[in-house]
Amino acid sequence: MDTFDWIVTGAKAAFLVVILLHVVPIMAWVERRGSALIQNRLGPNRVGPLGIFQSLADAVKFIFKEDPVPGHVEPFYYVLAPLVSLVPAFMTFGVIPFASSIQLGDRMIHFQVADLNVGLLYVFSIASLGVYGIIMAGWASNNKYSMLGSLRSSSQMISYEISMGLSVIGIVMVFSSVKLGDIATQQGELLTHFGPLLLPEALQFPRWGVFVQPVGFLIFLVSVFAETNRLPFDLPEGESEIIAGYHLEYGSMKFAMFMMAEYLNMFTASGLLATLYLGGWQLFPGMGYVLHEVQAYFQMSALAGDWTRIVFEVVSFGIKVGFFMWFFVWVRWTLPRFRYDQLMDLGWKVMLPLSLANILITSVFIFFGWV
Amino acid sequence: MLVKKKKGIFQEFYLVEILKGLYITFKNLFFARKVTLQYPEERRNYSERFRGVHYIKATNGVENCTACMLCPTVCPAECIHIEAGERADKEKYPIRFEIDVLRCCFCGMCEEACPKDAIKLSSIYEMSTTYREVYDKSFLLEQRGNK
Amino acid sequence: MDISPLFFYGLAGLAIACSFWVVFNRNPVSSAFSLVLVFFSFAGIYALLDAHLIATLQILVYAGAIMVLFIFVIMLLNADIPSFDLARSHLFVKCIAGFISVLLFGLFTWVFQKSPNSRALGPFTVEAIEASGGNTQVLSELLFSEYILPFELTSILLLAAIVGAVALAKRKLAGGRF
Repeated sequence: MDTFDWIVTGAKAAFLVVILLHVVPIMAWVERRGSALIQNRLGPNRVGPLGIFQSLADAVKFIFKEDPVPGHVEPFYYVLAPLVSLVPAFMTFGVIPFASSIQLGDRMIHFQVADLNVGLLYVFSIASLGVYGIIMAGWASNNKYSMLGSLRSSSQMISYEISMGLSVIGIVMVFSSVKLGDIATQQGELLTHFGPLLLPEALQFPRWGVFVQPVGFLIFLVSVFAETNRLPFDLPEGESEIIAGYHLEYGSMKFAMFMMAEYLNMFTASGLLATLYLGGWQLFPGMGYVLHEVQAYFQMSALAGDWTRIVFEVVSFGIKVGFFMWFFVWVRWTLPRFRYDQLMDLGWKVMLPLSLANILITSVFIFFGWV
Repeated sequence: MLVKKKKGIFQEFYLVEILKGLYITFKNLFFARKVTLQYPEERRNYSERFRGVHYIKATNGVENCTACMLCPTVCPAECIHIEAGERADKEKYPIRFEIDVLRCCFCGMCEEACPKDAIKLSSIYEMSTTYREVYDKSFLLEQRGNK
Repeated sequence: MDISPLFFYGLAGLAIACSFWVVFNRNPVSSAFSLVLVFFSFAGIYALLDAHLIATLQILVYAGAIMVLFIFVIMLLNADIPSFDLARSHLFVKCIAGFISVLLFGLFTWVFQKSPNSRALGPFTVEAIEASGGNTQVLSELLFSEYILPFELTSILLLAAIVGAVALAKRKLAGGRF
């Protein structure tokens, strides 16, 4: 790597960190306003236009609050736990591509911080570490409710990680790569088959993961909800049973770090869903036409046209991620919490066999060359 | 009695039900009337009989109260303290009239018991303070009533 | 300047320090957390050797799944009270434990000293792997062609273990009726 590469990688990483840091307050605001509107309330609307600076005020409050360490906790792990849950949340987004590539001179710049050889596996391995923060918090708090929360969290993570991993195998089989960049690029092609039927050219639609792997998409979506501890599966913090679960003993910025980790995990999950199943940075149908019109209207040079394309791709990716982020909020305020045995039943008796069957059917389809 | 409902295949599948639920919340999000009252700008209209901050009615600047002690007697919270005195015209009057609002339960019994129509409860409900307030006579004599 | 030896010594030192912490810590949960750190430093060393897939799998399988299960079981059984405390055990047991650890350490040192330092490289050099599509592809191709039989046999072994575990657990629950 030479200086230019270092600068480019640094710029991409800095861009991502800025985005990630902004996602948290914005999502906190969206969550509060969205939940309020769904429940026929108005929500926070006083600080700034539409209350958008409410999160800023909250952040100021979190920072300036007293930050005591209760006397009955294990101090080292108690302080470490929020960090342990926050750091993996920041680490995962690096392998997700947010736009395609651009030719600068004789160099190709990929809009992805690191195109690792192990791509998808990296995301899973780092995401599976997030649970340590929760376990550590629950254990170090020395409180039976926190302990119950972390126990629930760890068993839930393990149960749903299996079906999540198995559901993604279908995607990996279809696109025959674990690199997220490859998967996103291949989704730009057109789907020529509908099962064994050959589609006429007018009916061909993009080969997005959701069309190729509808069952896998559903399993992945549900498992992601369980992995991020979001509402139908938020048993680790079920207020009515175990008060707040693992973050019961936490206050001020330490609590805020748990919140940040939750929203960042949500963001990564949305990015992953968009990349694997909605074509990643691929433009929406029709956006390509608009792009051509814009490029022709302003009579752009090749370089300017390329940059416009990148902007379009980033916007398209952003819309997809934003949709899933909103979907997380939407589902949270629609569905009630599962009972614990229902959660386990769903994970082991429905999701796991379904994902195994999905792999089998996918392999049959691939064998006959239908996808 | 526990009745096990027979569920159809669609309900058993559960996803359709989730979609229905999502549709309902989506409708609420955009099209439902919001019930929030934007408090300092908008206020709720309370009934005429609402019982808020106390006051003592006065005619021509003289309080109607004759310190007959009916209201401290009837008060279930025992929050009214009166010290009676005598005016120059031999009329009984309260030297001290204090209501411990921290104890008051706003039941309105004092209002009902008063033969002179002196003690009243107004419809003012903004009465939060940062100290333990005891209404004294001068405060109570401010005519804030609407009754 | 090549900085990878520095990384190696740092990670190796971390691994050794954490292993000692695992052994000498009285608290089982604390031990388990430091074992996670040991796995992490191993993953780092694998990554330094350009074996990214192994590094990721190390984190995914050991740190992400197995250790979570370990900690889950430790917390579920409430094993915070050390039942096997070396400090309270018999002097004879201590002596045997010390003797065995010294013996093992000597054995490992001897083996590493005796093993030839410069062996001929196999066909899978870093460049060869890079050329044929990276770690993941090379490993999976080998796994599903040349080593398909051991791979499948391993999965059957795991399946047998799962079935056995379920059978044992259920028999105890149902009072022998199963």
